[in-house]
Amino acid sequence: MNAHSFTFGEHRLTALPSGALWWGDRQLLCVSDLHLGKSDRIARRSGVMLPPYETQETLAKLSHDIAVTDPKTVLCLGDSFDDLMAADSLSDADDTTLTSLQAGRQWLWLEGNHDPGPLALGGTHLSIHQDGGLTFRHIASDTQLEISGHYHPKYAIPGAGNARSCFLTDAKRLILPAYGAYTGGLRATDPVLTRLFSGSVIAILTGHRAICVPVKPSAHPARPNRLRGSRP
Amino acid sequence: MELPPIIHDWFTARGWSIHPHQQDMLDRADAPALLLIAPTGGGKTLAGFLPTLAELADGQHKGLHTLYVSPLKALAADIKRNLTTPVTDMGLPIRIEDRTGDTSATQKKRQRADPPHILLTTPESLALLTSYEDAPRMFAGVQRVIVDEIHALAESKRGDQLMLALSRVQAMAPGLRRVGLSATVENPARIASGLACHPDPCEILYADPGPDPDISMLVTEERPPWAGGGAKYAIPAVLEQVKQHKTTLIFHNTRAQAEIFFHNLWLANDTDLPIGIHHGSLDRDQRQRVEAAMVAGTLRAIVCTGSLDLGIDWGDVDLVIQVGAPKNVKRLIQRIGRANHRYNAPSKALLVPANRFEVVECVAALQAARDHELDGDPPGPGPRDVLCQHILIRACAGPFSADDLYQQVRTVGAYSTLARADFDACLDFCATGGYALRAYDRWKRLHLRDGLWHLRDPRATRDLRMNIGTIQDTDTLKVRLRGGFKPLGEIEESFAATLTPGDTFLIGGQIVRYESLKDMSVEVTRRADKTPKIATFMGTKFATSTQLSQRILRMFREDDWPELPMHTAEWLHLQREWSKLPQADRILVESFPHDGRAHTCFYGFAGRNAQQTLGLLLTKRMEELDLNPLGFVSTDYATLVWGLTPVDDPASLFNPDALHDGFADWLAGNAVMKRTFRASATIAGLIQRNLPQARKSGRQATFSSDILYDTLAKYDPDHLIMQVTKEEALRGIVDFGRIEEMLTRTSGRVDHVILPRVSPLAAPMLLEPGRVPVVGAGRERLMEEMAARLMDEAGLSAL
Repeated sequence: MNAHSFTFGEHRLTALPSGALWWGDRQLLCVSDLHLGKSDRIARRSGVMLPPYETQETLAKLSHDIAVTDPKTVLCLGDSFDDLMAADSLSDADDTTLTSLQAGRQWLWLEGNHDPGPLALGGTHLSIHQDGGLTFRHIASDTQLEISGHYHPKYAIPGAGNARSCFLTDAKRLILPAYGAYTGGLRATDPVLTRLFSGSVIAILTGHRAICVPVKPSAHPARPNRLRGSRP
Repeated sequence: MELPPIIHDWFTARGWSIHPHQQDMLDRADAPALLLIAPTGGGKTLAGFLPTLAELADGQHKGLHTLYVSPLKALAADIKRNLTTPVTDMGLPIRIEDRTGDTSATQKKRQRADPPHILLTTPESLALLTSYEDAPRMFAGVQRVIVDEIHALAESKRGDQLMLALSRVQAMAPGLRRVGLSATVENPARIASGLACHPDPCEILYADPGPDPDISMLVTEERPPWAGGGAKYAIPAVLEQVKQHKTTLIFHNTRAQAEIFFHNLWLANDTDLPIGIHHGSLDRDQRQRVEAAMVAGTLRAIVCTGSLDLGIDWGDVDLVIQVGAPKNVKRLIQRIGRANHRYNAPSKALLVPANRFEVVECVAALQAARDHELDGDPPGPGPRDVLCQHILIRACAGPFSADDLYQQVRTVGAYSTLARADFDACLDFCATGGYALRAYDRWKRLHLRDGLWHLRDPRATRDLRMNIGTIQDTDTLKVRLRGGFKPLGEIEESFAATLTPGDTFLIGGQIVRYESLKDMSVEVTRRADKTPKIATFMGTKFATSTQLSQRILRMFREDDWPELPMHTAEWLHLQREWSKLPQADRILVESFPHDGRAHTCFYGFAGRNAQQTLGLLLTKRMEELDLNPLGFVSTDYATLVWGLTPVDDPASLFNPDALHDGFADWLAGNAVMKRTFRASATIAGLIQRNLPQARKSGRQATFSSDILYDTLAKYDPDHLIMQVTKEEALRGIVDFGRIEEMLTRTSGRVDHVILPRVSPLAAPMLLEPGRVPVVGAGRERLMEEMAARLMDEAGLSAL
């Protein structure tokens, strides 16, 4: 198995190499920051026309994870759409894909800063979701045993190649990587992230296999900005 | 044309007479296009400006008269000084100003409202000027454009952009006459046809080239080593030459070699000669200090790279030393020609081969220089990414007709054969993104109204203007001493990423220790070590030119080599006895066991970049054939592969179809391709490099252009920018074009020689640095092992 299982609170959770989180006991698949419709929003706002294939790519990845895990519940942890207008302008093909993924299971949309309102799509819209002592919400708060997204964490093992997007966790908090195709990352060593954690932080890198590694606080060359999309 | 008395008298008063080529330029001042080929110091720039001064002397012309374009900002500023002095002396009513990226915003604004008679600028600043709506007013009366150092622009996208901008200026000022000023080049006609407004003719004028340079190989007591590029063996001999001359420039092919050589030279410099170092990675202040010291004559030698080629006064340099084979004869000649130009004496240069094979290369280069045989590859058709940027620049200036723009673009030599369908595809890319999935109908960048193309959102002009240009920033990080403020220089980001605290490396001739990364710069401390732990950062590696490779292969056909030093001639004789010498129309392949591994050496003579690509393709093919390759190393002339299984049938490896398929697959995932893609996507406006306030905010919202490449490769592999990327890969660092050339010239004729041990010609390859391991799942496994070890160390292995 290429996934990595670990204990969080009293629950056994599994980080999939795709960046999705699998909660076996609840048959729940959780993904964060899909940013569907991002290229559409960038074109609308800046005139730059990126390859318009990221929604297709992200949904293909999600379809694969759903086919493998066959969840009862899919929980989208916010910023599922790059903005509310992007949610309205999904192509017919993408809309059909999404509808077929939702068939026969519970689908929860948690609100994020990009998609704060209800969506004209199937599924239930919530601000937070709580279950078995765990709290799911988009942006980390000071709640214990909280699972959130928003920051798009990434980490590079010093001396072993480029950064990959990653899960970050200590005993009390879990932050999910961004699942969407066109998403950048924030270094796990960035103060914005380090101050959210108290204990030693573990990164679970995504990619071919989920690789678990302690985050070393020492700085690593950050890549200069290449491409600007939107605010996280 | 006669010189007006005021200028003529000024010349006479100084006892100067006008050079014949300057008079030629005056006589042909009415020609639509003129190219002057002249050595530096031959009064080339004045020759370009004299007709302008003559035409402006009567004070009748209003507004812009002459545009002067140079590849360097510094050159524009220099010319301003050098031109203003005589113009003031003569009391001519001429206003001269420069306009570059360094010019202040208020000055720039004023220049548009009230342009000077002579505007000195760069290709990028000119392109920007044409993007304003009031451009027609500013350019309406322009009479002449002078393109200085046109040879330096001719083979680059900057040159293509310049010529596109001139096509627009020409449309606004139909009487525009063009003048190009060039150093000696292999094919002046090619530059001339690039300069002229197609299909205008362009006459070529030649100034007296002066005496031939005096070039020879430096004779050292010690023999050059078998491999390597440092030429450390030659340090005492080089130091001796520095002592015997006034000012010596010591050129290197890479920054890394320059740093190492400078370090060694300094250690051997027991008489404390003032010696400096100059290369593109050093901080600008530091470079300018070295340039100033050189002009002031306080330095006896400067260790440098090509960054010193343009822009500073070489007057007092009396010796040029080229360390390492010159790789390209034209560059060598242009470089040497700049030395000693104030005296009508030949420029003097010494070649220092860094290893035994380079002795052969140096002798070949000397012969080529003596025969005046310069090298250069014919340019391809005008690049389409630059055309896309040109279309967007045109859109900034206001609505335009596609037909008119297409006609204008076809007046540029490089685009004279551009098909309408290709132009339309570029226009469609600018308008809609040009994707197979027509996604942006609502959010087009350009839309057609009443037969004219308009920008959908006029506010986009600001972003577009900020992204004008074709020069790519490499991702570099500044290096600073801990606690200090002034940067020592810059290193490539990819090099910085390999550093761990405690590593030592060379920069600016000093050894420093990597401490940490702070605020996007690399913090270091000074170290007194004798040798750095990590050699140094990479630099551009030039490949030996096709013409020079051919000349070496021709040398191999001779029976004996009296022009080579004894040690090198004997080595070649030994190779001929033992095995064979490579031939131009056949591929020589040698197989031999060494160190328990099967080794195979492929002599392709295709240049370093192509041999490197060949190594990747061959090992991939060998992996498919279960030959278990473990690694390879490439030089300009051969690729050596080692593995577990001997190669029996090398001819099958060279099956062109299989190589092509392998190439296509390999390209898809290649890091070099992703870098090429990023460059083209940025030029074409798919990626914005500079956005207001982009630098500081929202780092997690940025994502790598690699993601865009992967997405396009998967969903839209025939997209315009993917096509451009593949075209570029045929040249440059992938250089597949030269593999094609090699396959054509040898057309399947493979000589396979099986030897009991390594051949004389292959032996140096075993010592060559830059070995490339063949990795399959290896990298992934390495990462997992490291992660497991780190988890263990942190006491977290049970997690």
